[in-house]
This record gives sequence, C-alpha cells and structure tokens, in this order.
Amino acid sequence: MNSHLILRTVSKFLIPLIVVYGLYVHFHGDFGPGGGFQAGVIVAAAVVLYALIFGLDACKVAVPPSWIRIGMTTGVLLYVGTGVVTWLLGGAFLDYDVLRNNPDHPAGQHLGIILVELGVLFTVATVMVAIFYAFGSRTPDISDEDW
Amino acid sequence: MFNILALSQAWLTNEAPVAIVVLPLIMGAVCALLPKERLAWFCVLITTLICTGLSFLILRDVMANGTISYALGGWDPPLGIEYRVDGLNAPVLMLISVIGVICTLYALRSVSAEIEPKKRGPFYGAFMIAFAGLLGMVVTGDAFNVFVFLEVSSISTYVLVAMGASRDRRALNAAYNYLILGSIGATFFVIGVGFLYMQTGTLNMADIARILAESPESRVTQVAFAFIVVGLGLKLAMFPLHLWLPGAYAYAPSFVTAFLAATATKAALYLLFRFVFTIFDPTADFIISALTWLLAVLGVIGMFFASFQAIFQSDARRLLAFSSVAQVGYMLLGVGIGTMAGVTAGYVHLLGHAMTKGALFLCLGAIWYQFGITRISDFKGLGKTMPWTMGAFTIAGISLIGVPGTVGFVSKFALLTAAADKGWWWAVAAIMFTSILALIYIGRMLEAAWLQDRPKVDGVDVATREAPASMLIAMWTLAIACVVFGVNASWPLELAGRAASVIMGGAG
Repeated sequence: MNSHLILRTVSKFLIPLIVVYGLYVHFHGDFGPGGGFQAGVIVAAAVVLYALIFGLDACKVAVPPSWIRIGMTTGVLLYVGTGVVTWLLGGAFLDYDVLRNNPDHPAGQHLGIILVELGVLFTVATVMVAIFYAFGSRTPDISDEDW
Repeated sequence: MFNILALSQAWLTNEAPVAIVVLPLIMGAVCALLPKERLAWFCVLITTLICTGLSFLILRDVMANGTISYALGGWDPPLGIEYRVDGLNAPVLMLISVIGVICTLYALRSVSAEIEPKKRGPFYGAFMIAFAGLLGMVVTGDAFNVFVFLEVSSISTYVLVAMGASRDRRALNAAYNYLILGSIGATFFVIGVGFLYMQTGTLNMADIARILAESPESRVTQVAFAFIVVGLGLKLAMFPLHLWLPGAYAYAPSFVTAFLAATATKAALYLLFRFVFTIFDPTADFIISALTWLLAVLGVIGMFFASFQAIFQSDARRLLAFSSVAQVGYMLLGVGIGTMAGVTAGYVHLLGHAMTKGALFLCLGAIWYQFGITRISDFKGLGKTMPWTMGAFTIAGISLIGVPGTVGFVSKFALLTAAADKGWWWAVAAIMFTSILALIYIGRMLEAAWLQDRPKVDGVDVATREAPASMLIAMWTLAIACVVFGVNASWPLELAGRAASVIMGGAG
C-alpha cells in the first residue's frame, strides 16, 4: 500500500482544489470563459484522478454508482425544472426574466443561467464518471491466465 | 371554475409546441429512476397520451389559425430559438405521438418478454427521450436545434436497438453499425448547417430562407445543400445509404422496431421536405437537377433493389426492413417529382406507410412473443394458430401492396397520377412493377400462414395461442386505421394537400 506514496499525498491535496476550481469555472461562466459543461468535466476529472491513484474499488465507495445514476437525472430535471418554474411564474419556457424582475439589471437572466448550467454540471460530471466506470469495470472475456 | 378551465386551455394552446417536447424529456429522466417497471410503463403511457392531446390541440390550432410561432426563453426569432408549427409538421407531430401511444400499449407485454428486468426502467427512459427528440426535431424552426434533437433521438435510439441484445446478441453489432452510420449522417447534416450559417449568418429556418432568396446563388449554398441531403439521406435510409437499417430493424426489441419504422425515418423525411422546399429555393437549377437525378432516380433504383432483396430474405423482420427501404424510395420519388401533386403523394405515403409498417412490425413482434418465430418458413399454419394477429397482418400487408380500399392504395395512386402528369412514364412503370414485387414478398408470408396446415409437434397439431389483448388492440388499431383512411381518403389527402401548399407557397 505504500507504493505511490508521493502521488497519493499530492493528489489528496489536489482533488479538493480541482473540485473547487470546477465550481469556479461554473460560477464564473457568465462573466468569462467557462460554464457548466467545462465545470462538469473538471469535477469528473477529480473523480477519475481519485480512481487512478487509489483504485477503482475505493473510488466506487467514495462515489457510488447509484449516485451517478441519480446525478445524471438530477441534472436534466434541474435544467427542465428551471423552465417549468418560469412557466409557473407566467413567462415563456426558460424565460429567465420572470425569475427575478429588475428593470435596471437583468438579475433573472443571471439566476436562470446559473441554475440551468448547474444542471449541465451535474449531468456532464456524472455521465463522464459513468462512462469511466463502465469502461473501468469491464472484465475481459478471457482473463490473462487462461491464455 | 370554467374561467380556470378556459384559461388553462388557452395557456396549453399557447405553450403546446414546447410542452410536447419538454414533458417526455422530464418523464424520460424520471422513468430512468423509477424502481418498478409497471410504474415506468404507466408514466410512459400517460405522457404519450398527453402528448397526443397536445399534438391534437396544435393541429387544430394550425388548421384554424395558420402557423404557430413560439419564441423560446422570450428571445424573439431570429436571435432566439423559434418553435414553429405549420401545415407541414403538425400532422407529423400527431403521427409520432399517436404511434407512441399505440406502441406503448403494446410495450407492456413485449418489453417484459424481451428486456432484462433490471434494465426495463432505463429502457422506458430511453424510449421517452427518443420520443422527445423526434418531436423536437419536427417542431423546431431552428436549423441547429434540429441537429441537437436529431442527436438526442439518435443516441437514445442506438441504446434502444442495443437493448435487443438480451434476445439476440447480433443486436449489439446492428446498434454499432447504426451508431457509426447515424453519427456520420448527423455530422454531414451539421456541416451543411454550418455552411448555411456561413452563407446567411443566421440559424433560423425562415430567416435562412429569406436571406437565401435575396442573395445570389453561390457555391457555398450548393455545398450546404449537398451535405444536408446526404446527412438526412443516411438518417432516412435513402437507397445506397440504407445499410444500417435492416440490421437495426431486425434485431431491436419488437416494440422499438415498430416505433422506429413508423416514426424515425418519417421525421428525417419531414426534415428533407422542410429543407429542400422551404429553406432552399426549389426553383434553382441545381436543386431541380438534384431532385430529378438524385432523389427520384435513386428512389426508383432503391424501390427495385430493396424489393428484390426483400423477396430473397428468409427472416421476416429483415424482409420488412428491406421493404421499408423500398417504401422510402416511393416517398423520395414523390419529392423528386417536385410538383404539388408529387409532394402531396410523397407526404400521404409518409403518413400511410407509418401506419402500415407499424402494424406489420407489431404483428411480427406478437408472433415472436407467442411462438418465438422469426423465419418465414416457420410461418405455416399461423393463420390457424394466431388468427387475429394474422388478420391484422393481412390487412396491413395488402395495404403495403396497395390494394384498393387501403391507405397504401391512396398514396400509390396519388403517386402514379403525379408521375403520369409529369410525363415520367418510367416512374409509373417502376411503381407498378415494384408493387408486384411487394405482392410476391408479402404473398410468401400470407401463403405460408393461411394456406398451409398448422405444424405438428409429436404428431399433435399445435394449439391456437392468440396474442395478449393489449398487443391485439395495438395492432388492430393501426390495421383499422389503414382501412379507414383507405376508404375515406379525404382526411389524409387534405392534410397532405395543406402540407404541400405550405411547401409550394414557400416556392412562390
């Protein structure tokens, strides 16, 4: 277990930072380059790094596959849910202006895009991890010893 | 109370173009999480029923008030995404949602026989998303949004086809082929849209059409046209690009095959109508020659080639799949004729063939469900062991051949008239001849089923074992629709006439 000691220690520092950076990219998305998709990929990269350093089994304990399935759908529901809320507030579908009405400053647009992109973040991050798990958990048809 | 009702109806009519896409999308995500398969199935049924209601509202609204335009997110077109429903796409919306309801009704029994229990919830989820994608690509008025929904529906369709693996492992191979060719098709399509954007600087369909009409003809427009036609050709299984279709139809779960055969290629065909006639200028020289030499000629070659291939198939589902390729040839011929009558005929054939082929594939699924039969040689005596299923199969089969009194006759006759008016006697001959080929391949199955004795197992006749009621209702609904619209052809012809006038009105 003591192999890759440096890698393990360093990545324990790095992984939280990567996730925080992902969130930064997300919340900074409406001022500069970034957004939910990029943020989702960065967050997923943190999980993949964890799996590479500590092994897939440990990773599946930390981020259980059942959460992944819930996360994928949560993202879609968050996105569409924002649209439904704008419907309920009497606007058109995804018309963010009704979320918070302010004639001077388009606060509703800010709020709406952050919520929608949060949905994108959820779905992208979990789908990335799901693909990684799907490939990583595959057992070869013929194991190496059987050759 | 009535006020609320009236208000909500007004709201629904207003928001229907978006609600019809959003609702199945939400339910797709919900279904994927539902623990109980029955619950998921029930959600799907309710959703498809509501979508049918919405599509009916939309159709009625379009018939009464003309084009509906919906600005998504409050951003007016051409800047924002516009959902736009007119006489051309409202009937296709109706078709997709009605077929969705019928297939869902059928799915309850067939899915429990074909899909592993653990995967059934996600399976229904994928179906809902495919359903949402198809409705989305029909309802949208934005060229890039079409691509997005094209991918949404395609990717979930690959999953649905691959789910057939628990019944037949070859489904994986078929789904992979479909994945590769479908992705190439979508890529070609988006390249074409990119060229259009380069030429016009906008993605809104109506806006593209306006700018193209004002600007002089350019090479970029021609390249865009070529890419879009090839991309859509792959999606709708135009003759030399149809190689994914037989495998995908033969090995997908039977309810998926019926749904795809009735809707997926039809939605892509609608897009072909939309792009060729209302976005590009169909009076331009390069489009007229493409219609004549590409769509019409390839359509006719496809009719012959695929019909001959269908005759020599031993697997019933592959036979019907090749027949679908041949039928797409008829629709392309209608587009290629390019006159009002031709487009109307192609459009009626689109609607009619969806019902016919849907019914045929549902019957085959029921036959597999009861007896595990897929080969035509095993069909003998099915008329006695499954009389009701074979009854529906026979009605839909004669509609496919084009016997008078069925919807297949209405569209083929319209197509014949259009071709004769244009003076294309070779096309008339081709339609007649391929109808005889259809008679041969459908006849092979009917002959085995009705005229041969029921098979014996250990010297005892196989007992009659009819399909479950939910399946029978589904297939008979479609079979009866084939006859009703065949005898009373005014309704589909009126819809198609309106669609054609949208197209030709755009041409000026």
